[in-house]
Amino acid sequence: MKTIILRTASNYLLPILLLFSIFILLRGHYLPGGGFVGGLIASIAFVLHAFANGLKDTKKLLKFHPGYLMPAGLALSFLSGLLPVVGFDEPFMTGLWLHHPLPVIGSIGTALFFDIGVYLVVQGVTLTIIFTISESA
Amino acid sequence: MMQQVVTYPLLFQLLLSIILMFVWRRIDLQRIISICGSLVGVALSGWLFFHVWTNGTQTVQAASWDAPFGITFVADTLAATLVLLTSISGLAVSSYSSASVIPARLRFGYFPIFHFLLLGLIGAFLTGDIFNLYVWFEIIIISSFVLITLGGEKPQIEGAVKYFTLNILASIIFLTAIAVMYGLTGSLNMADLAVIVPKLENRGLVEVAAILFLIGFGIKSAVFPLYFWLPASYHTPPSAVSAIFGGLLTKVGVYALIRIFTLIFLDDILLDDILLIIAVLTLFSGAIGALVQKNVRKVFSYLIICHIGFMIAGLGMFTEAAIAGAIFYLIHDIIVKTNLFMISGVIYRIKGTINIKSLGGLYEKYPKLSLLIAIPFFSLIGIPPLSGFWPKISLILAGLDTNNYIVIGGIIFASLLTLIVIARVWSEVFWKNPVKLPKREHFLYFEDMTNLRKVQFIAPVVFLTLVSLYIGFGAEHIQQISSRIAGELLNHGEYIKAVMPKS
Repeated sequence: MKTIILRTASNYLLPILLLFSIFILLRGHYLPGGGFVGGLIASIAFVLHAFANGLKDTKKLLKFHPGYLMPAGLALSFLSGLLPVVGFDEPFMTGLWLHHPLPVIGSIGTALFFDIGVYLVVQGVTLTIIFTISESA
Repeated sequence: MMQQVVTYPLLFQLLLSIILMFVWRRIDLQRIISICGSLVGVALSGWLFFHVWTNGTQTVQAASWDAPFGITFVADTLAATLVLLTSISGLAVSSYSSASVIPARLRFGYFPIFHFLLLGLIGAFLTGDIFNLYVWFEIIIISSFVLITLGGEKPQIEGAVKYFTLNILASIIFLTAIAVMYGLTGSLNMADLAVIVPKLENRGLVEVAAILFLIGFGIKSAVFPLYFWLPASYHTPPSAVSAIFGGLLTKVGVYALIRIFTLIFLDDILLDDILLIIAVLTLFSGAIGALVQKNVRKVFSYLIICHIGFMIAGLGMFTEAAIAGAIFYLIHDIIVKTNLFMISGVIYRIKGTINIKSLGGLYEKYPKLSLLIAIPFFSLIGIPPLSGFWPKISLILAGLDTNNYIVIGGIIFASLLTLIVIARVWSEVFWKNPVKLPKREHFLYFEDMTNLRKVQFIAPVVFLTLVSLYIGFGAEHIQQISSRIAGELLNHGEYIKAVMPKS
């Protein structure tokens, strides 16, 4: 599917979709969205790029194997749950929040980092599956 | 800090698998991390056990949401004991797998998945929420499915399909039962259910839910009519995987049965009768199945089924002594069954086959190793004073107390057939004149292993044998633990109070 229209479009779509995925990720605490959907949208961005430019280009763009996003995301989620246990002697996964919300992003708490972890894991899993399938096809 | 100790063994296994995922390609490093990590895991579980033993039932409300709304982790003596046993078996199998599982399998994430399986097991033992229990069961199934198919040989895939189909079916039935319970009570916390269920008017539907739980957990623990998936699948994966499956997976089902039927569904004569009938039939069918098998690992698979019957019988009789016997048997069984499957792997690596007909002469060639193997065999049969003997005595005494002579008959029959089966395995594999076997190409023989690998391979067998010897000779301590567990299970007010202090 190497058409010039798709290739040009995908160059613009990739950053827009990634931005959109981060927007979805951040709004997810009270509104529909969150790490899972955000991660799916982000991986769609890369899949679209791979369709237009070929798998090799996308891999070059990513610089590392997407499989490593899985442990990285898991570790981030895990540590966000572990922080209350280690630092504050609270049960695992207890939500800790900064007192003052930041501009644009809003309140920062452990739940946000948990969601970012989910975001990374979903991307890692989806991209690994899709890349493996398209490599063997 | 002391309160959070309940979740430490759980969190540590998760941490371990995350670290192992980071070093996905470095299998030499994974071996070291897995073994050292499992050692720490045993230490943490030991700490939890000691803490529970001295201070009574401990709880943690995850994310600080109070029960019955949040998910509670409860460590009573039963859960703490099983977590400790899981970690001990996990340590043994971790060392055993680093020697016996071939690198081609290890490269596809054997160790991370193995620790995810342990995570699922520990979570299932510690959780106090019935839906959360389902989630841990899913983690167990998914990781065990990866472990059973790793390597992708044809018989493995065949076994895995059977294993997966029936276990998914069990999960669906379990989930349906949860849905019914939730519809009836509006709660998923087990302690809360224990308070609400006895007050319900709609006894018919409660009975239906109880039967659904029984079927779901029955498939998982491989009791009488629902066990066919077990002998069809457990002999296919590498013996390290069979060891952890045989030692622990069916026992999670038994644990869930014990938990549900001592906490939520009480005073149900119909259910007790059903449990006793199932127990006796399981004892009979498992023992007879073991009698005709030619493959050593299939023999052991049928023995797993047979011995599940002892625990179900203890639960069915439902007296303090009977449940203490069942718990004692559970403790003994986890260690011995893990060991048995590891032994089958040792035989496989020495000879290149595990078919009884073509084996032989092991005693002549490896006399010390054979004598070592004899100890778990004798514990399994229950020759006094080894570990299998004491729980059977408790169960038979409990049977006499409750006039369940058929159950006593079943127990004696199953013990006798176990003796015959093990005697047959012993004489065929160890005493019979060796059959000349052709050397297999590309096969890792025991003789060709490096000395370090040999130690990693045999040390777990020695270790678990020592643990079973302790269970046998230190029966007084184990009996003390089991009686305390039985007492806690039958007076579940304390459990409820620990989970929901306000009610």
